[in-house]
Amino acid sequence: MVTFGLALLLVTAGCTGGVSSRPADVVVELDHYTSAEAGRQFRSVLDRCAERFGLRIRRQNVPVDQLMPKVLRDATAHSLPDLLFVDNPDLKTVAKTGALTELSQYGLSGEGFYPGIVEAGSYRGKLYGLAPGVNGLALFYNRTMFERAGLEPPETWQEMRSAAGELTEGSTHGIAFSAIASEEGSWQFEPFLWSNGGALDSLDSRRSVEALEFWSGLVEEGLASRSVVNWNQNDVIDRFAGGNAAMMINGSWSLSSLDDSGVDYGIVTLPTPSPDIAPKVPLGGEVGAIPETTPERQRDAARVLGCMLERDNMLDWTSDHAYVPARTKVAEQYAAERPVMKPFVEEVATGRARTAELGPRYREVSQGLADAIQATIAGSTSPREALERAARIAANAD
Amino acid sequence: MTTNTRTTSGTSRPRHAHRKPGGHRERLAQWTFVLPMMLFLLLFFCYPVLRNLAMSFQEWTVASFYEGGSPFVGLDNYIALVTDPIFGRAVLNTALFTAGSLLFQFVIGLGLAVFFQRRFPLSGTLRGLMLLPWLLPLVVSGAVFRWIYDEGFGVLNQLLLGLHLISDPIPWLSSTQYALTSAIIANIWVGVPFNLVILHSGLQAVPASLYEAAALDGAGPWQRFRMITLPLLRPVIAIVLMLGLIYTLKVFDMIMILTGGGPANASETLTTWSFALSFEEFDFGQGAAVGNLLIVIALVFALLYLRSIRNTFSSQGERG
Repeated sequence: MVTFGLALLLVTAGCTGGVSSRPADVVVELDHYTSAEAGRQFRSVLDRCAERFGLRIRRQNVPVDQLMPKVLRDATAHSLPDLLFVDNPDLKTVAKTGALTELSQYGLSGEGFYPGIVEAGSYRGKLYGLAPGVNGLALFYNRTMFERAGLEPPETWQEMRSAAGELTEGSTHGIAFSAIASEEGSWQFEPFLWSNGGALDSLDSRRSVEALEFWSGLVEEGLASRSVVNWNQNDVIDRFAGGNAAMMINGSWSLSSLDDSGVDYGIVTLPTPSPDIAPKVPLGGEVGAIPETTPERQRDAARVLGCMLERDNMLDWTSDHAYVPARTKVAEQYAAERPVMKPFVEEVATGRARTAELGPRYREVSQGLADAIQATIAGSTSPREALERAARIAANAD
Repeated sequence: MTTNTRTTSGTSRPRHAHRKPGGHRERLAQWTFVLPMMLFLLLFFCYPVLRNLAMSFQEWTVASFYEGGSPFVGLDNYIALVTDPIFGRAVLNTALFTAGSLLFQFVIGLGLAVFFQRRFPLSGTLRGLMLLPWLLPLVVSGAVFRWIYDEGFGVLNQLLLGLHLISDPIPWLSSTQYALTSAIIANIWVGVPFNLVILHSGLQAVPASLYEAAALDGAGPWQRFRMITLPLLRPVIAIVLMLGLIYTLKVFDMIMILTGGGPANASETLTTWSFALSFEEFDFGQGAAVGNLLIVIALVFALLYLRSIRNTFSSQGERG
């Protein structure tokens, strides 16, 4: 009988525990910055902002691939956090469920922010999420190897391919990137797709196919390892930092691990098909959103979010975290102070929201695209065939 | 469980008493023993299974979680699955993965079990060491295998290249041609100790006198193995194969860590596909449908197993 009673007690406790037992001055926050350093930096900005309003933060964080499943679970149990930082291409998916509140009612607006990130934070013309900082992809090159070979960092696809060819030797590949079967794989390919005039809603167009031909050609010609299909972006950093790749495509978040590794590197904007085309990178980073809870809790969360978006806090956090400030003016000043971030700031100006063309359908299409990339690189499917299949998936996506 | 209750109550109660005053209390006591287990099964087994079944007939998307609206769509999820080009590949991969793993795990396990039946110096220690793959968390062994298989730096390719068995490194995990085989090899390594342990303990029950008698009659090692070891080991073999089958059908972590079901779905099995549908594409209805399919397959084999056990027991009963 005791066991039974105990079990019942545990079950009931499990059902109610999460929601009710929180004091009024606590703001529950959820994000996916799980690394110790990123977590600490984020925490300090959160705490600073909470203190100003006499609030306390209860921070939850989960690995990035578990964030959306957790949000969905919380939504079912009606125990969503007060403040939610979600990867920007997922924002529309969450907004579509109706769980988020519009930011304009708290006096927050996207004015002065990069249009790309405001687009990523909007759903059906209403603003649901804003980011303190954004990130993007650029080309990292190993300065020692380039100088030894007498090469200049590449600006066009052609230059990138020939530089990679010259620097491929033994176990060192010319270039490393991620073509893993998830969002990371599509996100790395998208700048090449877009700068060639391809588009996510016309994946079977000639321009899109050409872009994938270039991408898979890098592996076919042996300029990049065949293992790219299993590498996530952290694996790519490891290869580059270990001197096993002369160039890599990666984001600004890799700066801190690269500085620790002691490799001498330079960064340029991503190469495009011709010099007169500006790079078009997808905007990365997380947007803060306020789920529907109670009016008081929503107000408190909005205060904290608003404070994080202020100029000084934005600057602080983005320089710690190697992100680009999401406000144009702040970013300009930031680029002047931190030259290493300049290529990223330049790219963000022309950056696009991944969900701009497709809205919540993006997730499914992106998965189809990642599969197409894999089928071309790892299998024997031609780029045209693989992309035609992806385009069919995109057409059926809802 | 039922048989147990029956025997204990049968022996404790005097045969002539129809109803003793304590009977009611005793019945209550019986229920208090059974109840926690039943409650556990209902909560953590029946409820999820039924819920999963219901989910597979509903259109269950991201919006369903917040608004709760999940319209009944009949067999739509199952039809969508069967017409999906990945379906055939996932079923075939699951079959290949299960059959390949099981065959080699069993043969290697049986070979080792027979080998360790002899006593030789350090045999105990060696047998203990053989358990290692089983003791390691799958995440750890998976990560190690990823490293072993790496095309450029992996120890496996270096070894094969060094021995001049291959002239070009093999893309173990990054080619659609090899990914599934690599996952099977890793899983065989994980599964051998389980087969070894159970089969070895089964061998202990075979009386040594039988072997001595057979040897006196002039039976060679192969004949002794075929005529004595195999028949007497049959019930144990059935258990090993059946449990192995159910374990292997549901293997998820090893494949997820090695290849994530890729590249290009080359190593996608029903388990990884169910995960991808539910938690990457957020189509929980279809994910649940794949899960149900797995349950049905496992159930069919479990029933076959129960039947074979019954046959074994009844034939033993006849013999005794």
